[in-house]
Amino acid sequence: MTSIINKDPKVVVQGITGREGTLHTALMLRYGTRIVAGVTPGKGGQQVQNVPVYNRVFEAVNNHNADTSIIFVPAPFTRDAVLNAIDAGIKTVVVITEGIPQKDTIEFIAKANKNGDVTIVGPNTPGFISPPHSVKVGIMPAHVFKPGIVGIASRSGTLTYEIAWHVTNAGLGQSMCVGIGGDPIVGLGFTQLLEMFKDDEATKGVVLIGEIGGNAEELAAGYIKQTNYPKPVVAYIAGRLAPPEKRMGHAGAIVMGNVGTAKSKIDTFTAAGVPVAAKPSDIAKLLNL
Amino acid sequence: MKFFEYEAKDLLRRNGISIPIGYGAYNSEEAEGIARGIGKPVVLKSQVLVSGRGKSGGIRVASDATEARRIASDLIGSTIKGHRVDSLLVEEKLEIVEQLYASVTIDRYARKHVVLASTSGGVDIEEIAQTNPDAILRYWVDPDVGFSIADAVSMLSPFSMNDNDRRKFATVISILYKIALEHDAELVEINPLVRTPSGQLIAADARLVADDNALFRNPIFREKSFRRGEDTPREAEARKQNLAYVDLDGDIGIIGNGAGLVMATIDLVQLFGGRPGNFLDIGGGAQVEIIKRGVILVMSKPEVRVILINILGGITRCDIVAQGIIEGLNESSIKKPIAVRLMGTNEEEGVRILHQAGINTYPNMEEAAAEVLKL
Repeated sequence: MTSIINKDPKVVVQGITGREGTLHTALMLRYGTRIVAGVTPGKGGQQVQNVPVYNRVFEAVNNHNADTSIIFVPAPFTRDAVLNAIDAGIKTVVVITEGIPQKDTIEFIAKANKNGDVTIVGPNTPGFISPPHSVKVGIMPAHVFKPGIVGIASRSGTLTYEIAWHVTNAGLGQSMCVGIGGDPIVGLGFTQLLEMFKDDEATKGVVLIGEIGGNAEELAAGYIKQTNYPKPVVAYIAGRLAPPEKRMGHAGAIVMGNVGTAKSKIDTFTAAGVPVAAKPSDIAKLLNL
Repeated sequence: MKFFEYEAKDLLRRNGISIPIGYGAYNSEEAEGIARGIGKPVVLKSQVLVSGRGKSGGIRVASDATEARRIASDLIGSTIKGHRVDSLLVEEKLEIVEQLYASVTIDRYARKHVVLASTSGGVDIEEIAQTNPDAILRYWVDPDVGFSIADAVSMLSPFSMNDNDRRKFATVISILYKIALEHDAELVEINPLVRTPSGQLIAADARLVADDNALFRNPIFREKSFRRGEDTPREAEARKQNLAYVDLDGDIGIIGNGAGLVMATIDLVQLFGGRPGNFLDIGGGAQVEIIKRGVILVMSKPEVRVILINILGGITRCDIVAQGIIEGLNESSIKKPIAVRLMGTNEEEGVRILHQAGINTYPNMEEAAAEVLKL
């Protein structure tokens, strides 16, 4: 498999004229990301940070060969924004928006799957960053990341920055860091990212940052065990003290019955030979690179 | 958001699924009156949002109105698994020929709605899954295709039942799917779905959980969203103020930006031997007002003795957070010690503001957590 996430993307920002869209367009440009166009229905013809704004995604694709979209539109309109991006031929859609109804996510992920080669990152993700390529399609603070050899996949935002900071301070840096999103239903998952990191020569070790809710971590552990994964992996699981059936901030961070407990995730990783860090500062050490 | 049984049943009834004759009672006199009106044995069901009500004595049968009154006075005001019983559902006692199970929920992994049906209703679906896995059928719905009665009939074909019964069962589960879609339900469940001697299917018990993210387009749910049965009083107050807050048992208040970071902070405090008293995520890019409200809320929890605030600034600005903390402290009637971890955007200004007010700051969360344990 080639890289699921494009390391030289031509990015269109959907919702570019909004407060978040404008702010992060400037920050992504400053980091070095190639932002070729923005889209806000009804605001076509304007410019934001010298980036041309269009009414429709397909205009951005036709005029600028955009292949990646980052979405900042409000939750009630996100479904349509993602469907438009897929219809226009966008291959990677990064959905920053939080608070999208699960039914809408089910619909646009089904559409992406039917179109074969469309990757949805998120929803409710900080996006992805590749420091060696100076590419950031996301909202993460750039200063905690440095070019390096660790691949990070995470269900979290600020906790990812916390851990990336420790990895940076340990002198390792990151080859790529991807937020898979804090929602119950997300597109790109841990297992696909593990496959990508396996084939990526720049990546020498992998950090998985999980949390309570669902079984994505258990599946990742199963994959690592089955494939006898060739690179060192370290996991961290947030939410050991979460009471059952309470949503811990993220829509997806909820223990239902016996499903989704921190204990189950920690036990499964341990059984697969993946060390689970007790605290964020232990991770770099456990990677042993 | 979870719904009480009587609310879930009301939604089923409005969509054409039969429910038992019954009414809500807030005191024993009302319960007696309802039982007299029904005129045959009744079931009194405590309206609490916990599973296993029956096993905990929250569901009782009364043979007549006098007995209903006596049982109602036992149940109302009692506590089931920590939840106070404020109301009862008083219903006709059904004659049961068979107990079925039906639900629609969201499969996070398959990224689809999944319909579940069983002929072994009346016990927890998790229990059926363990003791009799073959008695459960599952159908993952393609969102582009939907789930018609015909799909439901073919789904149920492995069950041995006559065509008429199968069609009735199929109708019920196809309605459940329609409800799940129309109202953005994460779970809609009937257990048991009772077949009576006349062959009718009646939803004897029901559960409904709505997707919190979709309340904006479900006006019938939205009005309820600030008075949820599953919230503690402080969680309800936080929800009103738009704060992501969960009560915990300990004495160390926890505030941070980002759900994962707050969970990690809680875990760290526990690892160091402390007992976290709450979860509070101020979110990304928080403004002074929300931070102030968060500080006041946690400060006012009697069990909280000290507070740890963990901020890793990206879009969140440390100076804004510092201002919010100061304002929250100033407006709190009881002041408790605080330790603050500040790192990131405008860190220096934030640190300066807090130091001026005599509040200690730390550049990393482990130092801050270790320090708060000494306070």
